[in-house]
Amino acid sequence: MRPLTEEETKTLFTKLVEYMGRNVERLINREDERHCFRLVKDRVYYVSEKVMKASTTISRDDLLHVGTCLGKFTKTGKFRLHITALEYLSQYCKYKVWLKPSAEMSFLYGNHITKSGMARITESTPQYAGVIVYNAHDVPLGFGVAAQSTDKCRELEPMGNVVLHRADVGEYLRGVEDDMF
Amino acid sequence: MVVRKSSRRKSVPASYTDSAKKQPKKKEEVKEEEEEEEETASSSEGEEESSSEEEEEDKKDVKVQKKGTKDEDSGSDDSGSDKEESGSEKEDDDEEDESESEEEDAKGFTDDNAKWLKPKKKQDEKKKQLLSSDDEEDDDDELIGSDDDDEDSDDELLEVERQAALLDTEMEAEKEEAEEEMRRTISQQTSIYHLPTVEELEEADADRVVPPTELKSRIDDILEVLADFKSRREEGRSRSEYVAQLSSDMSELFGYLPELVEYFLSMFGPSETLEFLEASDKPRPLVVRVNTLKARRKDLASSLMKRGVSLDPLAPWSKVGLKIYESPVPIGATPEYLAGHYMLQSAASMCPVMALAPKPNERVLDMSSAPGGKTSYICQLMRNTGVVLANDLKAERQKATVANLHRLGVRNAVTCCKDGRKLAPSVKNSFDRVLLDAPCSGLGVISRDPSVKVQRTIGDVNRCAHLQKELLLAAIDALNHKKAKSGGGCMVYSTCSVAVAENEEVVNYALSKRDIKIVDAGLDFGKPGFTRYQHKRFHPSLALTRRFYPHVHNMDGFYVAKIQKLSNKIPGNDEKAKGEEEEMESNDAGDEDEVDAMEEETSKDDNDTKVEAKKNIDNKYVPPFPKGKKKKRPADDTDDKPTKKPKDKYKSVPPKQEQQVKKKKTNAKVTKPRRKKLNAEQT
Repeated sequence: MRPLTEEETKTLFTKLVEYMGRNVERLINREDERHCFRLVKDRVYYVSEKVMKASTTISRDDLLHVGTCLGKFTKTGKFRLHITALEYLSQYCKYKVWLKPSAEMSFLYGNHITKSGMARITESTPQYAGVIVYNAHDVPLGFGVAAQSTDKCRELEPMGNVVLHRADVGEYLRGVEDDMF
Repeated sequence: MVVRKSSRRKSVPASYTDSAKKQPKKKEEVKEEEEEEEETASSSEGEEESSSEEEEEDKKDVKVQKKGTKDEDSGSDDSGSDKEESGSEKEDDDEEDESESEEEDAKGFTDDNAKWLKPKKKQDEKKKQLLSSDDEEDDDDELIGSDDDDEDSDDELLEVERQAALLDTEMEAEKEEAEEEMRRTISQQTSIYHLPTVEELEEADADRVVPPTELKSRIDDILEVLADFKSRREEGRSRSEYVAQLSSDMSELFGYLPELVEYFLSMFGPSETLEFLEASDKPRPLVVRVNTLKARRKDLASSLMKRGVSLDPLAPWSKVGLKIYESPVPIGATPEYLAGHYMLQSAASMCPVMALAPKPNERVLDMSSAPGGKTSYICQLMRNTGVVLANDLKAERQKATVANLHRLGVRNAVTCCKDGRKLAPSVKNSFDRVLLDAPCSGLGVISRDPSVKVQRTIGDVNRCAHLQKELLLAAIDALNHKKAKSGGGCMVYSTCSVAVAENEEVVNYALSKRDIKIVDAGLDFGKPGFTRYQHKRFHPSLALTRRFYPHVHNMDGFYVAKIQKLSNKIPGNDEKAKGEEEEMESNDAGDEDEVDAMEEETSKDDNDTKVEAKKNIDNKYVPPFPKGKKKKRPADDTDDKPTKKPKDKYKSVPPKQEQQVKKKKTNAKVTKPRRKKLNAEQT
């Protein structure tokens, strides 16, 4: 377990900013416990310092996870967010999309969201911004990337994609990546 | 019914009424009797009549009326024809109109018609009797009596009387049959069940596949005999023969290895074993635990009900459990599940965590955590504060733990994949609480995994027990006993097995190997643990541990023991303690509350304190007594140099009275070694 290097930190935050914008600093400067980012075998974990200290006694080979896994670095150095980061993303995200009940299951299977399945979207969502997907009861289901900005969404045909799927909670069951966990 | 009616039709010759009391009245006989009637029209019926007229008439009336109603039901079709036909078979020369018409109705058939024509005469008879009774008197007896006079003169019975006589005989026949039956059943019940011997069974075709019904009935018979062995046993057969046959029948019927069934028989009595085996064949209800980090039970219940799930709160002792009766959607795949609002967990699995009762901002270790149900419950109770270290040996299963922890929104967990026995060096004395849900043989969760019935042997059970003992010692070593004041320094040992070898024996072993104390687990709804088993005797405080059974609690078979660590000393290893023992003794206030005792001890001892010198220094296994008791002996309070106590294990000095407070909580019979005098306070 080691802290992130400069480059890695930059890549990570670039990604997070897509979803959270300025709120990223809230991850760093928290009122309650201080949290930190740690890297264990290409995976980035966001963990409180107390928990992190407790885990230092465990060797790298045996350690499976600490705190919350945000995602992992790919071999080419890009950062990929995992569904496990949903909790923090949904707390601080700026752009949200609400689904109709009929489209809920489709998204949970890993499909993109079409305009017909979308109930609401926050105003002035730029294109390709990170959005969190909620269901009708305000339960976060996953996140994705807005395919169109809000204005363009209105003119879109019903079967057009409004949100490109990135991750959804159905992956806990599907285990999309075998090495997700 | 038909028989009776046909019998009514004919006139009954005297010989018939005399002798043929039991003869079933068939139609053939009816025909015969009809013929006879014609022949013996003027038989000596009159003689009979006079003797038993009154009785017969009484009965006749009753029967007539009864039969009248029956007639109405079934003979209504034939009534017309009855009345029409007349005179073909007239026995009576009764002058009275009533009887004549009745007779005519009754006799108004030829032999051929006798089969299907049913007289309606009873109705008319009844009506006429009623009418006449209005005219004359209310007593039907007298009415008929007047008839009889006429009959006497005619030397024949009245139709009514004849039928009454028939009915009489029928009734008597029935009565006798009933008595016989009663005698038969009583004799059946009181007859001694014959237990087939091994030879008999072999004779009767050893290769025959015994049908389950026969096995079941034999099992029930043997259980009945064993229930009251003294009086129901067969002569010359020993109890062990019955039990052996029972064991083999049960293992065949339910599909277990015979040694497992014998093991259960040794733990439960015969009838309880049957209940246990039957309960292990049925599934337990599906239970769900609400994740209070993300949802409330009420909200979850309502959102699940909207999806069509029928559910109920689990039990009064759980605030987070929900029992699912029926669900049109898969409970493990609803959006609420995926969002981490609840976790599928059995009711029994919630108990160890409830017993552990972790508080916020503590350090907790879960030594055998996959797939993470108990770990997440611990984190939920700690409200995401503190640190939880979740360990498991197998990486594959531990990945499921990681997934579950993430899904449920747990933030304070660290997962690792190590052998629990080797955790010790890095984690010694560093945890406030430890949960060890030890890997076991699974004899309590047979309803989930029926392959256990044939795959687990007693050898497996013993192997598991060995591993569990090692893990338990490692868990105790990981505890920090100094946190006892805040309730820390305690651990919970639990298994999903009902075997004594994996439960009480393991805990008893730990009692002799570490300085620990069994504490009340707080689960009042379980059965107390055994303090003795076959020839083995366990520490009496094992009665504070809890057992759960599928046939009693409708939960998986489970065992929970809560253990408090008193110090780091390992009994038999250290000689330093003699000086410290004095301190401990003088400190001890003599009550059984382990926390107080702990406090006193810890306040005195900064370093590792030796276990009480009562422990045998020679390293022999001594069933250890509650530590408080020993301390109270008046002789020791003032000693400068404590004497060696190894031989004191069977001391006959009764402990002081104050200690028995906690024992009231348990129903377990506390056993003491033989040589020690039984105390008044023992329950």
